[in-house]
Amino acid sequence: MTLSTALKTGDLTALPSRRDEDWRWTDLRGLLRVLPPAAPAHDGEIPAGPFADLASIETVFVNGRRMAGAETASGVVALRFVALAEKASQAANHALVVKPGETLVLLESHEGRAAGYVSDVTLDIAVGEGASVERIILVEDDAEAINVVTAEVDLAPGATYAQTVLTSGARRQRIETRINHPGAHAQVRLDGVYLLDGQRHADQTTVVTHAGVDGITSQLTKGMVADQARGVFQGRIVVSPGADQTDARMGHHALILSDRAEIDAKPELLIFADDVSCAHGNTIGALDDEAIFYARQRGIPETEAKAMLTVAFVGEVVERIEHEGARAIAAAWVARKLGSPT
Amino acid sequence: MLSIKNLHARVEDKPILKGVTLDVPAGEVHAIMGPNGAGKSTLSYVLSGRGGYEVTEGSASLNGEDLLALEPNERAAKGLFLSFQYPLEIPGVPALTFIRTALNAQRRARGEDEIAAPAFLKLAKEKAAALKIDFEMLKRGLNVGFSGGEKKRMEIFQMSMLSPKFLILDETDSGLDIDALKIVSEGVNALRSPERGMLVITHYQRLLDYIKPDKVHVLAAGRIVASGGPELALQLEAEGYDKYVSVAA
Repeated sequence: MTLSTALKTGDLTALPSRRDEDWRWTDLRGLLRVLPPAAPAHDGEIPAGPFADLASIETVFVNGRRMAGAETASGVVALRFVALAEKASQAANHALVVKPGETLVLLESHEGRAAGYVSDVTLDIAVGEGASVERIILVEDDAEAINVVTAEVDLAPGATYAQTVLTSGARRQRIETRINHPGAHAQVRLDGVYLLDGQRHADQTTVVTHAGVDGITSQLTKGMVADQARGVFQGRIVVSPGADQTDARMGHHALILSDRAEIDAKPELLIFADDVSCAHGNTIGALDDEAIFYARQRGIPETEAKAMLTVAFVGEVVERIEHEGARAIAAAWVARKLGSPT
Repeated sequence: MLSIKNLHARVEDKPILKGVTLDVPAGEVHAIMGPNGAGKSTLSYVLSGRGGYEVTEGSASLNGEDLLALEPNERAAKGLFLSFQYPLEIPGVPALTFIRTALNAQRRARGEDEIAAPAFLKLAKEKAAALKIDFEMLKRGLNVGFSGGEKKRMEIFQMSMLSPKFLILDETDSGLDIDALKIVSEGVNALRSPERGMLVITHYQRLLDYIKPDKVHVLAAGRIVASGGPELALQLEAEGYDKYVSVAA
């Protein structure tokens, strides 16, 4: 039951629907009555991506087709998925193998530069022993787009994997990350920020499976929904039998700024091992009226005060990005989305 | 300067202020004392424009500007500053960012140019040094983890940076020990000037030993029931509020 199967076969019944427990807040079957035609090849100019100034190597997919890029998986690499065809569908697969001991900063962007497309991206990332990956995913979709990004990440012992999703949503959007965690001193940081307005929807789903002893996972997702937007967070951490001494923490905290906005959150810890340290926290609330009044009393107009407090709220996630240039771009993106002066 | 005439206000259906009339000319410090529940905090909130209060009658103006017609941030830009009884903690917003945002918003509202970052930092360093505030503290989240005294000192720092025309100090002495009270009072006294008015709201006479008022008013059951010189505060300290509560009721 995946979008990628439906796009491959043309079979609408392959689309995930609200009957699938893992998709009940991100129904594609009820939304997509007709599959749009495949996007044509693009032979014109490709505008520069959001990380152009940081990356030494660029791998680019346009309309689902790979345009350029080396097979390098070390250093600072930009990975771009660009949609340039209106009301068309596109599907892309990409695999990355990070060799033992290597360091990769993967600056991934999903750039919706057309209206109403349907996009499916599947990634396979293998991180070798002692290797380190920081993946930043900036998702800027069209308001009418459907986009599903699924990554399967395999970690070797001693590997480090850190991820931060930054998204402003789409008509329907799902960013799913599945991590096979071997324990064995491998470390995972799995973060996200969603800032949604209008009728936008964003689903961040993560599954981390700890298979061996001594693994660490730290998760922090923060979001804001306004207007009639809908944010979905599904975080599952599985601690398999024998994965003792696992240390896993999951936090999801969201702000609802309108009566018609919605947050659906499902944190799940499935623990089948002994002597583990696992915790999760999930909060949903509004901005503090007292803090807004305090800021206004000092001269800050209401909209600016709200933006400032929201920037501060999600800032905790942005601060966890290790790559300095990517962190600055993330901070600027948040400020721009919220209309706040930096 | 500040002129309040026959001000009535209520919270939901409950009348709290029942005809407050008060004039504070520029250069003067007036104290408002009164028992709990007299409407002291309500008065400061109504003047500064906090939500949840409905003015049903009367007026309040600052230098002839109708305060009640303005948004809270517009009142601030006109020069009104309310020092909170319990200043808020704002995680993730460094004090310097907060104050620069406020200062520039006020300047924009007044049609002035924004202050450039170097000039702002220079000013902040001077003012922080004068108040013995560690400059590094200003880079951390506003008031986060601060003691009561540190928060009040940060309020004084904000006042000195924003340079308001009129100050309302709402129970500034609450939660302060004597040492903190002295430091905060010195900061307030340094801001006294012939162009600036102040309204000091307090339950206890103690604060007025440090911030000497020109006039003292007693607020009871939503009205000013007595006015006098500083000696009135000492008399209240000795006799309590009982006789005013019965007069007002």
